[in-house]
Amino acid sequence: MKLQDVAKAIDGDILVGQDQLDLMVDRAFAADLLSDVLALTEERTALVTGMTNPQVMRVAEILNIIAVIFVRGKTPPDSLLEYARRLHIPVVTTRKTMFETCGLMYAGGARACRSKAVSDMGVDA
Amino acid sequence: MTYEVRAGDIEHGGSVSARIKTDLIEAGVSPSVARRAGIVSFEAEMNLIVYSTAGGTIAVAVESEFIVIRVEDRGPGIEDIKLAMTPGYSTAPDWATDLGFGAGMGLFNMKRNADRFEIESRVGEGTRIACWIQKDDSAGRPLHKEAQ
Amino acid sequence: MTVADVVDRLGLAVLTNESDLGREVTGGVASDLLSYVLGTGAPGQIWVTVQHHTNVVAVAQVAGLAAVLLADGRMPDEAARTRAASEGVILLQSDERAFDLAGRLYRLLAEPR
Repeated sequence: MKLQDVAKAIDGDILVGQDQLDLMVDRAFAADLLSDVLALTEERTALVTGMTNPQVMRVAEILNIIAVIFVRGKTPPDSLLEYARRLHIPVVTTRKTMFETCGLMYAGGARACRSKAVSDMGVDA
Repeated sequence: MTYEVRAGDIEHGGSVSARIKTDLIEAGVSPSVARRAGIVSFEAEMNLIVYSTAGGTIAVAVESEFIVIRVEDRGPGIEDIKLAMTPGYSTAPDWATDLGFGAGMGLFNMKRNADRFEIESRVGEGTRIACWIQKDDSAGRPLHKEAQ
Repeated sequence: MTVADVVDRLGLAVLTNESDLGREVTGGVASDLLSYVLGTGAPGQIWVTVQHHTNVVAVAQVAGLAAVLLADGRMPDEAARTRAASEGVILLQSDERAFDLAGRLYRLLAEPR
């Protein structure tokens, strides 16, 4: 689904990325724990999270995440939005919960990213 | 290049790693290798911030065959390394977990993204970690894949 | 909709308290932050998370959640499993990602009865 469709479905505001409304968001990953996100492998994935600390955008940069969706009414600080602008990573915020957001995006056709280091290679601990 | 990371400096967490990744790409390293190096560095950086008593350093070297990332801190040292490397095992304080850190995946993620991983630690002294990432990774992922 | 229905429709594994699957499910919550779920979790919800330690069980119990659904192939550690069994907390499990599980559960709950 397109970025603008995501925003519409979740009653969201596109704070960064008004110039990328047609960006395709087909894969998503929902997490609040950044270490978990770091196990994601290469794929064009959007991140759905409730955490708005600066590390989120740095992780997004390191992992080439295509868009960040902040749930639970969390508005990230201006410094984070500035950083997102420089990276050209769209940021959407919504009042909806993570559960609802996943549900609405799933209904719109988005699916979880397929590959992830831990589960693919087996957790052999 | 060697970067200093301060203990407790959550505000800047990840900034060193983002710079390392950018620097590596500018140095001509492939995007997927730079990404893996970024992940290794990020986990190391967050560990220094969340767990170290007095901060530490992250040094990145581009050698002929490998990117080498060395991490050193001044304490507290890891009592049981095997346990610490177990995915999901975490000793993160509440302030860290409230911010979404401390899932217990850090050392595990570092090892998974490196072609070679070495760690040594002494309680009361500190920890040293070295990661080698092969510059040529046409497979897009670590070349070794047997459990160690 | 009961926990048993959800287990059935989503293909979940049941790790503890199989006899309680008749519990009514009122909704879902997806979060890895225990303090958040403790504060906003409502009775009867199924909690989708990758957190798998004993505190998760405590939160589920205090909030009166219907069940905890461990995503991404996560398994509870020993302490969590034991606690869940003795405290009557249903632990469910799936190899699927939290995003998909939340998506499918949301869809399930939205079905007209």
